[in-house]
Amino acid sequence: MEDNNSLPESSQPNRRQFLLTGTLAAGVFAVHTHAQAFAHESELTRTVDGSAVTGAVPITLRINGKDHKLEIDPRTTLLDCIRETVALTGTKKGCDHGQCGACTVHVNGRRVLSCLNLALMHDGEEITTVEGLGTPEAMHPMQASFQACDAYQCGYCTSGQIMSAVALLKEPCGPDDAAVKELMSGNICRCGAYANIVAAIQQVRKHA
Amino acid sequence: MHIFEFIRPADQAAAIAGAAHSKTAQQGADVRFMGGGTTLIDLMKLNVETPARVLDINRLPLDKIEPTPDGGLKIGAIVRNSDLAYHAKVQKDYSVLSQAILNGASPQIRNMATVAGNLLQRTRCVYFRDTAMPCNKREPGTGCPAIPGHNRTLAILGTSEHCIATNPSDMCVAMAALDATIHIQGPKGSRTVAFGDFHLLPGNTPHRETVLEAGDLITHVTLPPPVTGSKQVYLKLRDRASYEFALASAAVVLTVSGGNISRARIALGGVGTKPWRSPEAEAALAGKPANDANFRQTAEAALRSAKAQSENGFKIELAKRCLTHALRMATAS
Repeated sequence: MEDNNSLPESSQPNRRQFLLTGTLAAGVFAVHTHAQAFAHESELTRTVDGSAVTGAVPITLRINGKDHKLEIDPRTTLLDCIRETVALTGTKKGCDHGQCGACTVHVNGRRVLSCLNLALMHDGEEITTVEGLGTPEAMHPMQASFQACDAYQCGYCTSGQIMSAVALLKEPCGPDDAAVKELMSGNICRCGAYANIVAAIQQVRKHA
Repeated sequence: MHIFEFIRPADQAAAIAGAAHSKTAQQGADVRFMGGGTTLIDLMKLNVETPARVLDINRLPLDKIEPTPDGGLKIGAIVRNSDLAYHAKVQKDYSVLSQAILNGASPQIRNMATVAGNLLQRTRCVYFRDTAMPCNKREPGTGCPAIPGHNRTLAILGTSEHCIATNPSDMCVAMAALDATIHIQGPKGSRTVAFGDFHLLPGNTPHRETVLEAGDLITHVTLPPPVTGSKQVYLKLRDRASYEFALASAAVVLTVSGGNISRARIALGGVGTKPWRSPEAEAALAGKPANDANFRQTAEAALRSAKAQSENGFKIELAKRCLTHALRMATAS
């Protein structure tokens, strides 16, 4: 999302950078507050901002082909790690309880819900988020089809829908719309853009 | 979520040793095995589950589906639900299991959820999931607010005055009908448990849901050799077409010869406090001609001991119609 106002770019604070700074500070604080409970377990470790805390666990998370060496609270879900630690915000948090599908990512090529996974469970595995599918200049065919078919309104569920749709292309799925609807039922769209979502997926399948 | 120690045991023995000191394997366990996480992480976020130690078993070599010497099937504990449902032999010989799994949850959750985890799936009762409320299953002795409260989706079979929580699994209903066996490795050695003996009725100990003891690791599930020529159907009725728990479901495995039902295995879902195998229904149908009147009698037998709560009386008739229709579907072709 681009900020659109008249100030020259150099003189305005970058909105995403501001949010990122705030988030990191909050994250470090959270680790400190429960660090005492972990005092027996590990030596001093470092957070992403370089400050020393106890209780954080080292992990290498491979996201979109790039290795991220991180030290995280063991409670961190894959979703929160992707969004808050690695700062890839294309993956969305909806219900945070496995009921909406907004957080869908691929692990080793299969779609999963990142909110019901701990990041630590995926040390060394191949994770793909919507940022790894394509770019605005070179979209994945599914991203282009969602745009062409107007397969969204507010857009909040869209990255999860697209991640599911791309995975569906490799799954056993019958040719008709009903089969697509069944296999997309784990992705809820509060705006009700379902008809266009199915159309977007079918368009890609027809041209595959 | 409470803080916990995250450990990835190197092998099965280390996993069992790491869990053996837990005070229980039931509600309130301080050590939990982590499979897909689809139930456990959800309940840890709600502080319904607060393990101090989590043992990640996802990299143990328990992910195979293999034939058994007797012609059955051995399914590893961490086989993902989707891999089991789409396995060629399961689709061909145990199709009720494939149907049941594909009727549950969503593709994402089926890609994550394990077979052993599904055996241990927890109830969706809203009072169990809300730590602000009393619940005999979560905190023994605090009472059951579901009985005077919201119980539309809760159980009508196997309930007690202490708990009416429904077992939500679809996979388990099919496994009950298929006479599966659960294989457990624990601190004292290995043992097998017949599917029907694995889950416990709530009685006055609703916090005890299975026969598992501290340190017990489910290693695999076996299915007996397929019943040649059997007709298998899983029918699930729910509030929306997909991605929803059952209000009533039925798994039927029938052998038909000369227009008569020579063998019937019947289990119900969404209505019981455990996956509900119905020997009453099987006895009512065995040897009878396959017709609507006998199917209805079978359903009456299956629900004879059903007990309605204030909001869920409709499930008794719904379950009867569900089973009747499943029997009709299985014998139609």
